[in-house]
Amino acid sequence: MPLTDSLRDDILAAVPSLRAFAISLSGNADRADDLVQETLLRALANIDSFQPGSNLPAWLFTILRNLFRSDYRKRRREVEDAEGNYAKTLKTQPSQNAHLEFEEFRGALEKLPQDQREALILVGASGFSYEDAASICGCAVGTIKSRVNRARSKLAALLYVDGAEDFGPDETVRAVIGGSGG
Amino acid sequence: MKDLKSQASKSTTPGKGGLTPEIQSRIGHQLRAMYDDVVRQGVPDRFAELIKKLDAPGGASQVETDGGSNDNNNGRD
Repeated sequence: MPLTDSLRDDILAAVPSLRAFAISLSGNADRADDLVQETLLRALANIDSFQPGSNLPAWLFTILRNLFRSDYRKRRREVEDAEGNYAKTLKTQPSQNAHLEFEEFRGALEKLPQDQREALILVGASGFSYEDAASICGCAVGTIKSRVNRARSKLAALLYVDGAEDFGPDETVRAVIGGSGG
Repeated sequence: MKDLKSQASKSTTPGKGGLTPEIQSRIGHQLRAMYDDVVRQGVPDRFAELIKKLDAPGGASQVETDGGSNDNNNGRD
């Protein structure tokens, strides 16, 4: 369909969640914004192939995900630059405690296999249905469900070690130190 | 020795994948907190301007992607 004003508004409205998705995927705000920019340019260049009435956010997320995938493969071979600056580049700085917990969570998220991470983000944070997430990732609905479940289990194992918070801070601290010291 | 696991899950019932609903909701909460933190930043100027540029006649040619002109991957493949 042609690029109407309302379609343009809808694309603009999707930008904040596209950025959040890109940052969750890449763990780096600068790279994420480049991904979003390229996504928008691709979307606008290919706007004729967008089906009116279909899910615009899902269409945009699909473009971004595919770009990230090809970009990721390219970059893996390049220098491992100073990444992991995600929290630093955020405009709103969480409070100290929340910040630690946040860092820990982000670190755990990055340890997930990419398939699981993107499935969990799409369903658990972006709020897509399993069906939409499956179409974005180009796989079966059952596959998305099992990826989301595995992602949750892995995160729980990484972060909460069988409910370690129930045993008091000592257990938690020991688990954290034991896991990262070396 | 006490079974710490059964003690920990005393008050809750394990859900999918052996996760307690409490841990599931905690993961969901943290995930959304992280995500929404970015969503709340709104639309950065660079993107608003990028899309606005396309309003102008011939605007699209000003913002071509680098060498992406013959790449038709629109995400529906």
